Amino acid sequence: MSMRKPLFVVAAALAFGAGAALAQNSGVQSPNLGKPLSEADVKAWDIAVLPDGSNLPPGSGTSAQGTKIYAEKCVACHAEGGKGGGAPGAGPLVGGGPLTNGIETPKTIANYYAYATTVFDYIRRAMPYNAPRSLSDNEVYALTAYILALNKLIGENDVIDAKTLPEVKMPNRDNFILPYPDRI
Amino acid sequence: MSTTSRRGRTPSLDLVAGNGLINRRALLGTGIAVAGAMGAAGTVSGAAAEPLKDEQWSLEFGSIMPPVQTASKYEKDVARTLSNPQGEFRNSHARTPHQLLSGTITPNGLHFSINHCGVPDIDPAKHKLVIHGMVRQPLEFTLESLSRYPLVTRMAFVECAGNSAPMFSSQPLQVTAGAIHGLVSNSEWAGVKLSTLLDEAGIDSQAKWLIAEGADAQFLDRSIPVKKAYDDAMVAIYQNGERLMPGNGYPMRLLVPGYQGNMNVKFLRRIKAIDQPAYTFFETKNYSQILPGGKTWRFHFLMEVKSFITHPSFGHTLKEPGFYTISGVAYSGTGRIAKVLVSADGGKSWGEAALQEPVLDKAFTRFQMPWRWDGQPAILQSRAWDEAGNVQPLRAEFVAARGETKQPLASPLLFPNQHYNSITSWGIDGKGEIKHVYA
Repeated sequence: MSMRKPLFVVAAALAFGAGAALAQNSGVQSPNLGKPLSEADVKAWDIAVLPDGSNLPPGSGTSAQGTKIYAEKCVACHAEGGKGGGAPGAGPLVGGGPLTNGIETPKTIANYYAYATTVFDYIRRAMPYNAPRSLSDNEVYALTAYILALNKLIGENDVIDAKTLPEVKMPNRDNFILPYPDRI
Repeated sequence: MSTTSRRGRTPSLDLVAGNGLINRRALLGTGIAVAGAMGAAGTVSGAAAEPLKDEQWSLEFGSIMPPVQTASKYEKDVARTLSNPQGEFRNSHARTPHQLLSGTITPNGLHFSINHCGVPDIDPAKHKLVIHGMVRQPLEFTLESLSRYPLVTRMAFVECAGNSAPMFSSQPLQVTAGAIHGLVSNSEWAGVKLSTLLDEAGIDSQAKWLIAEGADAQFLDRSIPVKKAYDDAMVAIYQNGERLMPGNGYPMRLLVPGYQGNMNVKFLRRIKAIDQPAYTFFETKNYSQILPGGKTWRFHFLMEVKSFITHPSFGHTLKEPGFYTISGVAYSGTGRIAKVLVSADGGKSWGEAALQEPVLDKAFTRFQMPWRWDGQPAILQSRAWDEAGNVQPLRAEFVAARGETKQPLASPLLFPNQHYNSITSWGIDGKGEIKHVYA
């Protein structure tokens, strides 16, 4: 439940009396024109995955399964072996030099991403570029496994699912600093 | 003969810094210094004057007024520079031509825009905004329902974290202010306070983050601190008095004033309250920075204090020695601009510029500095302070802290890094030609 007291509630209390203040979030002052939904109603849109694995869907995939899907749906832009350059803007999915190479070092999954869940999430929401949301969850798991295996972040035969994906250790995870911690 | 001496007034050059910078009070209506400055070089002769006559446009009935007017045909060059004019299957950027604009409001047609997968064609009658997650009651809003709320209206700049990225180049690129700094614009936004909607949904006190997600073909999403949502965020539905431009998030966008442009999620369709950041693609990769030495910044958010001179700047030419007004914009994601200093001698000496009121929180402030150019080489710079005491770093300081490219940048469209907020220098030679220089 909300513990937040917006200023307008205070203002409304002054205007309408103390009774209004007691009714915070109950619709007395606020327009309340939102249509109530259930979380089940939102499920089709609720695709964001969190680093701890929250909201990962059922299903699983392996690198071998991902290899076939990649050859069919990804290779045109991301090129053989994820080397990139098949289309403008389709950066490499593999490689990446040490970040000590300089401030313009290309950021890659292996040298930069903090969590492997980001790979799954972005494939599921945005890929293929010409047909977003067209992959099944199993296909997304398989492609995630394929890319992580290409980067040697998992083994060739590892199964990626809601339990194993958040456990993938990403090399750069502990290399981040918050420039403005008080803004969080 | 100068106009002032003709009037018998002694030229009064109230100089405040080297190379001809004049006290800003000259712009505040006292007049003396400006008159002196102009008089010193601006000779007037009637010998070559053409006789005045009525032009044809004054002698005939004019054109029909269109329902939506556009700029004069003589202003056709006032246009955004495009990174992807042919609509290739990749991201695209349109940069505001600051060197051709003035004031503080960016016209809607010239507001910068970045889209990672084209501009979606959204039917406002079908668009929905859902708020859910760690809330008491998930809610769905429409443009129609939000339009019935009391709207808050405010000025705010929106700046891409990659704005000014060409200045990470080890050598200055010879491009306009718009090509360098055109990924920032400033508008009056009107919308519904995000806190109002979160309160109506009954956000859980344990929710520290929001995932804000758009309805584009990448469902672009960012993690936003709840703290910011209750500070000054809004769901914007109007831009400079009209509905949002398609490229700026039509029909609704998140506005988080002073934070990375990418966080101002366009085509906003979903806000989910959560207890941890999502580490979305864009906050994981593009909008996180590599520091010299190899450490990395994440959740940078804040667009730091910055200014740049728009007039005169690359692409302009000073036709003759004499009086000019140096003008530019300053802004800070922290708050209001407190002070802008201007130099005409590459930073050896500085004078305080006049700030155009009102000076607003997290919005463009136009500064002006009267200047008498003596026809000799000059280097123009501006440096801004905000009300919290943050100062725009000198280039040497900035490069020491944030680095620069090893080789000169091949194109101003590249993004070698983000969050450049150091000083821009325009070098003027003896012919009045202007180059981008580092000084």
